[in-house]
Amino acid sequence: MTSVLYDVPGPKARLYSLIGSAVGILLIVGILAIAVATLAQQGIFDAERWEIFYGPMAPDVWSLIGQGILSTLAAAAVAAIIAFPLGIALCLLRISLIPWIRIPTQVVLEFLRGMPVVLMMLFVLLVFATGQFQAVVVGLVLYNAAIFAEILRAGIQSLPKGQREAGLAIGLRSFQSRMSIEFPQAVRRMLPSLVAQLVVLLKDTSLGYIVGYEELLRKIQIMADFLGPNFLFPAFFVGAAIYILINLSVSRIAIWIERRGSKKTAGGVAAPSLRTGLMVGGNDPIAKDSVEGPEKK
Amino acid sequence: MDAVIASLPQYWDGFLRTLYLSVISGIIALIVGTILAAMRVSPVAALRGFSTFYVEVARNTPLTIIFFFAAIVLPRLGVKFEQFEVAAIIALSSYTAAFIAEAVRSGVNSVPVGQAEAARSIGMTFIQVLGFIVLPQAVRTVIPPLINILIALVKNSSVAGAFFVLELFGYGRQLSNDYGDQVLWILLGVAFFYLLITVPLGLLAHFVERKVAIAR
Repeated sequence: MTSVLYDVPGPKARLYSLIGSAVGILLIVGILAIAVATLAQQGIFDAERWEIFYGPMAPDVWSLIGQGILSTLAAAAVAAIIAFPLGIALCLLRISLIPWIRIPTQVVLEFLRGMPVVLMMLFVLLVFATGQFQAVVVGLVLYNAAIFAEILRAGIQSLPKGQREAGLAIGLRSFQSRMSIEFPQAVRRMLPSLVAQLVVLLKDTSLGYIVGYEELLRKIQIMADFLGPNFLFPAFFVGAAIYILINLSVSRIAIWIERRGSKKTAGGVAAPSLRTGLMVGGNDPIAKDSVEGPEKK
Repeated sequence: MDAVIASLPQYWDGFLRTLYLSVISGIIALIVGTILAAMRVSPVAALRGFSTFYVEVARNTPLTIIFFFAAIVLPRLGVKFEQFEVAAIIALSSYTAAFIAEAVRSGVNSVPVGQAEAARSIGMTFIQVLGFIVLPQAVRTVIPPLINILIALVKNSSVAGAFFVLELFGYGRQLSNDYGDQVLWILLGVAFFYLLITVPLGLLAHFVERKVAIAR
């Protein structure tokens, strides 16, 4: 790998780097060893603590975890399916030419984006006295629809002006030009950001834990409460690993889509990239900002 | 409405604690995140590997899980916190640092190649190139995304309310229990105080973004 930040290392520098790497790895291994030793002292690695995952209890434990995964995925899927069309609608209202539609939408979007998702979930749960599932889904839908709208707006604004002008010139109405010329390109251009936001949505389902929705983390806690404090760490360890694995695989899909998209870009201008290579020199702060724009959760 | 007015002291206390959590975690995350970003572009493979691993895992872990670990699992393992604020600050800053590292790294990438080349051609070392030439210029492009990350941090601090810290969201839960009949107003009050922080920060981000865009 070459980088403009430093010379291609010579033999001496490679040696130093190797020594540095070795010391670094040893250091990390050492810290991990101390941590593991401390945990082992408390009996964390005793076989009986992990028996819940393969012993006689295993079918119940895994079915509980399975239910947790399912309810996590169900909330995420329902929320994503509702949030996306709503995001498109909000985006259309947000870029409307009529001020008394555009400005109130902008206020609503700012309001939704500026609030913690948990607060919206709690609000729905208590004020509308819904079930936990509905509260989680509505909270996620409201927040993510606002983010989707902003992403799509950034996508439409990043299109060359000529696209809309050409649409209007051949006699399309403003709305027709939006739907048949600008939107398809914007969605395609912003696909990486949209999928990245889906990962955020999936991650945010864990906030359901706070409003009492029985997703993965809540199931883990119920399990640990039932089995006793000794099993908290094993249960948590497995639950967290599952969560991270699911999220990592969705993130990988996002990166894959982005790589695929960047090969054949629409509109002649390269799509803004989520992860630029090391110092590729592509210097386009505006394109970058439009990607960084939507908040991360 | 009367419930909100009656509980203004609690709101104020929660508001200050939310600010406190956000500011302290924000500062720690900025420092750790910048170090992680520097490691990510460094010549030493182990540093690159560690930073990549940390950023990938932290970004893909739900914040609730990190909080659960810091506030419930760690004490069970013998790491006792005198105040749960400490657990909250650890959770928030370790999570946010990963996002800051990514933002700073993309800022480093946005600095024209010629800058680093020129610096190296006059004989600067990696640390000098990064510290004197690249990072100071990267700061400009990085500030708007950084402000967005800090806004997210303020909102994320609400998770602390579910883990024994009485900040805005924590008080919101408590008060909506106390005033069961006026939940709507109580929670709108909480929302107002959050917007009091996030909306000005958002406007600042817009303003800076425009400034930077003109300057380039």
